[in-house]
Amino acid sequence: MKRRLAPDRRQFLRGSLVGASALALGGCDQFTDNQTFYNVLKSAEAVTRHVQRAIIGQSLAKEYTESDISTWFKPNGSTDPQDPHYKALAASNFADWQLAVDGLVKRPARLSLADLRAMPSRTQITRHDCVEGWSCIGKWKGVPLGKVLERVELDPRAKYIVFYCADTMENSLSGPIKYYESIGLDDAFHPQTILAYEMNDKPLPIPHGAPLRLRVERQLGYKMAKYVMRIAAVESFSGIADGNGGYWEDRNYEWYAGI
Amino acid sequence: MHGPTRQKVKPSRHFIYRHPLPVRLAHWIVVLCVALLLMSGLQIFNARPDLYWGDKSDFAHPVLALRAADHSTEQNPHGVTVLFGHAFDTTGVLGVSAGYDGQPTARGFPSWITLPPYQDLATGRRWHFFFAWVLAVVGLSYVAFSLFSRHVQRDLVPRPRELRRIGGSILDHLRLRFPRGEEARHYNVLQKLAYTLIVFVVFPVLILAGLAMSPGIDAAVPLAWIFGGRQSARTIHFICAWTLVLFALVHIIMVVLSGVWNNLRSMITGRYAVETERGSHETPVSS
Repeated sequence: MKRRLAPDRRQFLRGSLVGASALALGGCDQFTDNQTFYNVLKSAEAVTRHVQRAIIGQSLAKEYTESDISTWFKPNGSTDPQDPHYKALAASNFADWQLAVDGLVKRPARLSLADLRAMPSRTQITRHDCVEGWSCIGKWKGVPLGKVLERVELDPRAKYIVFYCADTMENSLSGPIKYYESIGLDDAFHPQTILAYEMNDKPLPIPHGAPLRLRVERQLGYKMAKYVMRIAAVESFSGIADGNGGYWEDRNYEWYAGI
Repeated sequence: MHGPTRQKVKPSRHFIYRHPLPVRLAHWIVVLCVALLLMSGLQIFNARPDLYWGDKSDFAHPVLALRAADHSTEQNPHGVTVLFGHAFDTTGVLGVSAGYDGQPTARGFPSWITLPPYQDLATGRRWHFFFAWVLAVVGLSYVAFSLFSRHVQRDLVPRPRELRRIGGSILDHLRLRFPRGEEARHYNVLQKLAYTLIVFVVFPVLILAGLAMSPGIDAAVPLAWIFGGRQSARTIHFICAWTLVLFALVHIIMVVLSGVWNNLRSMITGRYAVETERGSHETPVSS
């Protein structure tokens, strides 16, 4: 009986050794470094996006009450852009700041803060979930992005809205790399998607993206571009930075950040 | 048994078919998924190595925090684990440990248990969400198969009369006395309880707490609220993950103690050897 079992045992040993080495850290590194394998890992994003969108539709993110607001809301990413152009605008309290709205739109526009404040507004107390894992609750007031897009009227070819920001994230050989983000039209016309100019009843402070930041309440914090200077409607991301739809997306983060 | 000419009892060994192929496949795929999910999960955790209770992060009062101590210097870094306000020096493992380059680095969990071993939240998330889908598909298939084939009802859920004898089973385990012969054909009550709790309580809570952290899902289903808030869901997700690790450790110890080759063979080929005493009244089932 014992002798008959011996080959079995060798088989188990071999099998478990193969399994263990496949799991070893070095092995996983090799997988991660392999672009084909990495693309397989990335394919989960499309599954998540389709399944989540089918489940959540146009439902609203939870809104909170005044008493839920975080006493300290953690600023993250850029908190004090040093770009000279931005510093000059901040020095005059953004009086000369204008939001450019262009790309695949019928009537490109330049909107001042006063223009945006004159438009219909929405106020919401929502939870901000950072990709790092923490959450803060804040109150935001701004103009629904959909209202701005209606004003410039989208070309039917437009599929995404891109947000170009004032803050430089890093300097590359080809010049400074500035923050940018993008969302689909489903999120762009969602009622809670606003261009916020107020936070907790005060003008948006610089650490949180003054004078204007995006709120996309059903996605993670990195989608909510701060220091927005320009909005462009586009058909695809090709030709924009590394072509993945955002600064962090160009660094392997998901474009669909609903998870 | 009768009469004076009783022969010496000779144990006989025969095989039974213990685990059907779908169960074996599911078992090993789940092992792979859980290992990768744990390691990528700890990579994600390391991006903010704190846990909180409630909906928002009360940064001054974490439930758990793994960090470099305030008095750390570059030459002498100290890792500190703060649990409910009590600090423990955990240098070398939690808070501060050897980084990918071998130098002491401020990181929640050490390099050897995170995927990737170096700090890379984006890649950790890619691993985590890919294998979360694999686990979801395989796990649901397993549960569907096990309910349909009555594996759950027949083999997993303990019967009331077994539960009443749980004390004896605990004593047997403590004495490392494992069921032999015909008794070994079935899971004992502690095994049944453990497997049932893992499959139908720990895994579902773990997965739901994970989904509760998704701001997308949270807009449609008040999952975070059910768990006491998004940060509580993150804490519960973490606790469930380590509950699974604890289960896996005990499971592996039990596998080793109760016959490692027999157990391994049965989960690879399905065949499990049962020893019965020849001449006993029980009829061996041939296979």
